[in-house]
Amino acid sequence: MSKQLMKGCEAVAEAAVRAGCRFFAGYPITPQNEIPEYMSSRLPEVGGTFVQGESEIASINMVYGASATGTRAMTSSSSPGISLKTEGISYLAGALLPAVIVNVSRGGPGLGSIQPAQSDYLQATKAPGHGGFHTLVFAPSTLQEAVDLTYEAFDYAERDRCPVMILMDGCLGSIMESVSLPAMKDPAEFEETKWAVGYNGQSRPTRIITSIYPELVLENNNKARVETYARWAKEDAKAEELLLDDAQYVVVAYGIAARVAKQAVLALRAKGIKIGMIRPITLYPFPKQSFAKLNSANVKAIIDIEMTIPAQMEEDIALATHCAIPIHSYGRSGGNLLDDDGVRQAIEKIVGGEA
Amino acid sequence: MEKTYTRPKSLQPLQSGFCPGCLHGTASKIISEVIDELQQAHNALLVLPVGCATMGLLYWKVDMIGSAHGRAPAVATGAKRSHPSSLVFTYQGDGDLAAIGLGEILSAANRGENITVVFANNSTYGMTGGQMAPTTLVGQKSTTSPSGRNAETEGHPIPMCELIKELKSPAFVARYALDTPQNIRKARAGIKKAFSYQLEEKGFSFVELLTNCPTNWGLTPLQSLEYMQNHTIPNYPLGVFKDKEAKE
Repeated sequence: MSKQLMKGCEAVAEAAVRAGCRFFAGYPITPQNEIPEYMSSRLPEVGGTFVQGESEIASINMVYGASATGTRAMTSSSSPGISLKTEGISYLAGALLPAVIVNVSRGGPGLGSIQPAQSDYLQATKAPGHGGFHTLVFAPSTLQEAVDLTYEAFDYAERDRCPVMILMDGCLGSIMESVSLPAMKDPAEFEETKWAVGYNGQSRPTRIITSIYPELVLENNNKARVETYARWAKEDAKAEELLLDDAQYVVVAYGIAARVAKQAVLALRAKGIKIGMIRPITLYPFPKQSFAKLNSANVKAIIDIEMTIPAQMEEDIALATHCAIPIHSYGRSGGNLLDDDGVRQAIEKIVGGEA
Repeated sequence: MEKTYTRPKSLQPLQSGFCPGCLHGTASKIISEVIDELQQAHNALLVLPVGCATMGLLYWKVDMIGSAHGRAPAVATGAKRSHPSSLVFTYQGDGDLAAIGLGEILSAANRGENITVVFANNSTYGMTGGQMAPTTLVGQKSTTSPSGRNAETEGHPIPMCELIKELKSPAFVARYALDTPQNIRKARAGIKKAFSYQLEEKGFSFVELLTNCPTNWGLTPLQSLEYMQNHTIPNYPLGVFKDKEAKE
């Protein structure tokens, strides 16, 4: 398949259209504006709908309404805007509605910085809204991976009737890379859902989409979530593993941080240091399987590299390794980017101290 | 014997759990009668808010979406744009629509979304126990304005029809009261016009229904109707504020 040079935000938007997304609502916020801008001209070309919402809150609720009719729907935003969407994400989860939410994250907390950061890990993986639920969280590190994960996200969302989050950052949203775009899906060929509201010409009992339930039904739904999350952990966790076999040091990084960290790992390998890397691709479920392979007798330390301070993924690494391996962390935050030298020197310092 | 009256098809054959004397039942009845008359029971899509009206999830017999507090017009926007053939309408109370959902209602109206909003205004937060609403009258007591609403500190009640009529896009904006059989019949005609406009793709329609809340007003059902006549209606003039099709 031929490759195209595309900007991150636009590549993700086009991947969504090709996945059959026919409704997008969003509100301007840097650094993700190219997604709604792209959708505003692209969706009408394929018979879809773009609405610029009056707020992030309205936008996620428009997605909720569109999804309720069985339409593949997406919204995007950046960190402060995602906070506003968390109400709607919780309602989507509660109402068992599929949707794809893209977070092109930036520095925080608060208004923070419009520059890239990975400061929303805990929000995305632990509590993307009230009520105790999870979404699948995909964290691409290249634009090709962003395209592929966005394309698949709609299928996952529909499979489990849940919101799915693509967690990228301002770097990935802004860079240009060559990508192969997947085939265009035709929503007319999708199997009709058995739950969507809106009369489609066939007589049937009335349907209700809601997130309020009698107590026992609600508890049963919550119990079903336990099973869903266990299945996700077993079947859907994904990570890239690099040079782990003899590794005495293991770097853990995702997204844009993983690209910088990988350069450092390869450079240190060339110097003879036995170092490897795990790159989580799904942040929720966290890829515990990759960590289960680590032998605490061989691995002296784990080095968690994140573009945020304080480190957030560290807690999941500690859980995945049963706290059996010391964890160090290095990061930049506030919109300051990780760079090759900084990351390599930070790792060298830890390796030197440990050696 | 000829059957001259029957329960509307678009309501469940159940007793409602609304308080004695509450006019939500009347509102639901006239809306559902209009839906039946327009032969839309199969095609209606009701977006319910948060408040007493949420209980409609149990009482209506049409496709429904339960939405977050204040967000029904945004949810209805997404649903209507994605499924334009449905008769999409919201049924929202005054706390939901005129406080937390003020942005959503004004923006949906301004976009001219081809949906219908039925606004039940009883000047209180009924479900949560009678707190002050944006529509509470000056001097009206509530659990959070125990001495009566003070315009100096709490401002004046928000007149939604008067706000929305100023926008260019809406096709139909009207206010009715449910205090007398005569007024109920007028309201029913207004709802029919609003739904007809939507089916004819004329754009956004907004029907405000002045209602009561005997429980939280601390009045008997009859006293609550008198309160509406003596206080509510004088503060919220009835009538059609905007009708795109009206002849000059």
